[in-house]
Amino acid sequence: MPIKSYLAYPARGRRDELVAALGRLDGCDVVPAVNRDLVVLVTDTPHEAADRALQEALTGLPALDGLALVAGIGDAEVDAVGAEEGGRDPA
Amino acid sequence: MTRRELLKSMAATAAIGAAQGMFPGVRFADAAKAAGEAAPAEGGVAWKKTPCRFCGVGCGLQVGIANGRAVAVKGDPASPVNRGLCCVKGYHSVMALYGTDRLTRAMVRKDGKLQPVPMKEALDLVAAKMAETIKAHGKDAVAIYGSGQWTIPDGYVASKLMKGAIGTNNLEANARLCMASAVTGFMTSFGLDEPMGCYDDIDHADVFVLWGNNMAEMHPVLFSRLLERRLQNPDVKIIDLATRWTRTSMAADRSILFLPQTDLAIANAICHEIIRSDAVHETFVRDHVSFHEGKTNIGYGLEDKFTFKDEPKTITFERYRELLADYAVEKVEPLSGVPARELRYLASLYADPKKKVMSLWCMGFNQHTRGTWINNLIYNIHLLVGKIATPGNSPFSLTGQPSACGTVREVGTLTHRLPHGDVTDEKSRKMAAEIWGVPLERIAPKPTFHTVEMFRALDRGDIRFVWIQVTNPMLTLPKLRRYRDGLRKDDRFVVVSDVYPTPTTDVADVILPAAMWIEREGMWGNSERRTQHFERMLTPPGEAMSDGWQMIEVARRLGFEKLFPWTEASHVEEIWKEYRRFQAGPEHEMAPYEELLRRPGVMWPFVNGKETKWRYNGQYDPAAKGAFDFYGKPDHRAWIWFRPYEPPPEVPDAQYPFWLNTGRVLEHWHSGSMTRRIPVLHRAVPAAYVELHPADARRLGIVDGGRVRLTSRRGSLILPAQIDGRARPPEGQVFVPFFDESLLINELTLDAFCPISGQPDYKKCAVRVERA
Repeated sequence: MPIKSYLAYPARGRRDELVAALGRLDGCDVVPAVNRDLVVLVTDTPHEAADRALQEALTGLPALDGLALVAGIGDAEVDAVGAEEGGRDPA
Repeated sequence: MTRRELLKSMAATAAIGAAQGMFPGVRFADAAKAAGEAAPAEGGVAWKKTPCRFCGVGCGLQVGIANGRAVAVKGDPASPVNRGLCCVKGYHSVMALYGTDRLTRAMVRKDGKLQPVPMKEALDLVAAKMAETIKAHGKDAVAIYGSGQWTIPDGYVASKLMKGAIGTNNLEANARLCMASAVTGFMTSFGLDEPMGCYDDIDHADVFVLWGNNMAEMHPVLFSRLLERRLQNPDVKIIDLATRWTRTSMAADRSILFLPQTDLAIANAICHEIIRSDAVHETFVRDHVSFHEGKTNIGYGLEDKFTFKDEPKTITFERYRELLADYAVEKVEPLSGVPARELRYLASLYADPKKKVMSLWCMGFNQHTRGTWINNLIYNIHLLVGKIATPGNSPFSLTGQPSACGTVREVGTLTHRLPHGDVTDEKSRKMAAEIWGVPLERIAPKPTFHTVEMFRALDRGDIRFVWIQVTNPMLTLPKLRRYRDGLRKDDRFVVVSDVYPTPTTDVADVILPAAMWIEREGMWGNSERRTQHFERMLTPPGEAMSDGWQMIEVARRLGFEKLFPWTEASHVEEIWKEYRRFQAGPEHEMAPYEELLRRPGVMWPFVNGKETKWRYNGQYDPAAKGAFDFYGKPDHRAWIWFRPYEPPPEVPDAQYPFWLNTGRVLEHWHSGSMTRRIPVLHRAVPAAYVELHPADARRLGIVDGGRVRLTSRRGSLILPAQIDGRARPPEGQVFVPFFDESLLINELTLDAFCPISGQPDYKKCAVRVERA
């Protein structure tokens, strides 16, 4: 059940086309920037295989010039919000 | 909102935050929606206002609470500070409440090991040890060390306990490490602390000069307001004056790099050039300014029990002009590395009568062995051209903690301060004695130790007991090894109140679990004199208790019940009402409690229902008489000080040929004890690193990510190299962020400090750099 967020860079002059194409894909939420050719993409897929399939679909979009992963939240973290990584035992 | 929706909103806000870091000024129309504004009503989400947990900007947040848990965050559109925007730390702030290793039980060291005990037993032990230490060694053998993250009521309780009940001035706070030079700068130039202007200045200024201040990372929401101002007004200029190229430099219209410590000479060169070009605002200077000089060659505080007392002398404008003769732009060019034409350009921006200028600074100025002086010098520039205390004309000192101003500076949790005035001032002691209901002679008239000297006193044994709250000095003190070894000595007793295990809890004899942020009620005061209230929204985990209530419990055990008569449910309101009495009057009137509940923060002075946006300006400030009135000084004038350039105590040489600069990164807040427990932020910057210039790296055979050994006269550390990452230091300089407890860069730094403020300089010492 991975949740990921990306910065998506449209090909020159194809921002609106990219936003529309992303909006048609299952599991994609799109937040376009209003003053720059840049789109925040949040994906939510039911399992790893679906995530891989979605990534293949994304990389095949002609209006997409580049995709940068920002945050990736795996199954374990979805099940346990706030699971820390730098924690330790005070004793 | 479900857990899954919360995570999606956080993933979105992480991406938005990353975009804002990479492309300053980028805006997302649906950002609030992405952050959870359109929360479904599953289980019901209640939105409550609070200032952000982290920096001193004081962004207003709305926190979504569902089923007893904080599930979402959005910027508060009603907050005039951030107008609905947050940075990446703010958007993820509530996740810091839920790290799996939250301290929920008290612990006491027994046979060398920390063992869990009931909170009551731990508080009994703290009180008993405090009393025992006072009996054996005197009241000045106990100390409390807090922070600018204390709420205002917490700080007030600390002050009343130490100064009013016990009768010692052994009270300090970590704001000494970040804001003390700003305070002494304000006090020496204006006689009163804190800025005359406010964030609204950003909406009026034509030029922003950032002095040693990487705002894009350290104050990202305010920086976005600068960028917005420029987007709407293309003639607006942002000038980045710094010792290292950063994201702020990238976004600026002009980046000017200078050599460490030479900001003193640069500021004087600007003043020299303003005078040389007849750009002085003669009537403003004649009517509202006086000129002064003080001692020079004032030392660096490297030796224990260092003392300094300035001897101000009033001088004429002509004498001031003569003293500036050494700072002609051509003379300052070789010292500072800044070309004379750039210095003239800077002077021309300040001098142009058609331009409103805002100067902004933070740690670059304050963590400086001449921190008070450089604060004075920036005011000199603004005063010479009369660009001060009017909308858009604003020398503005930024802060790093949510209540460095509200708690440490205003309540006065420093050795020399009381909630109103200094301990050395009998009138202020009388006021405190009357409000607190204690004998006047109980309040000690002499300051004891500022922070560095306090930890030196702990090392020597002059202080035997210390209670540390809401801060992590075993990561943040300079020349750290000495002070850690001091706390570990057998006959020292160390109490630490915190929310997570840290290097400071590692040296504790007692750990008290603290309620964090919105798990208790409180107020914080931000950089623009804005006090913001937050209610208790959540139940603290386990036996965690607010820092203030912990101190009240101990005070009662020490026999001071009458001084702390409040109930736990109402003590914040009652304390606020008592504290307001100290600040009564048009110069510092605080808003009533009910007003704080109602508004997203209130700026003081709050007089007749109205905030004061520009102090000392008769048009806005009810305490000012006439057009301008610098009423903090007896002569009702702002003071221009001649302050020379003096070199730092340690400079690169053949053995240690590099400058070491330390600081912060966008993703982590200070010592990282909270932000490193937020997975998105931790993964973004999981460990400290050393930034090098690519030419230095090539010469030393160091590649990006390769291991580098840094060595100073105080210690050595191996870190991964970062070459042309988010910033680039000039050749001969390296930069290391300090957030990482596994890579303690402060074992290398120097504990030299500004003799006037006592604030250490974390920005300059000499190191050797080698491939490891």
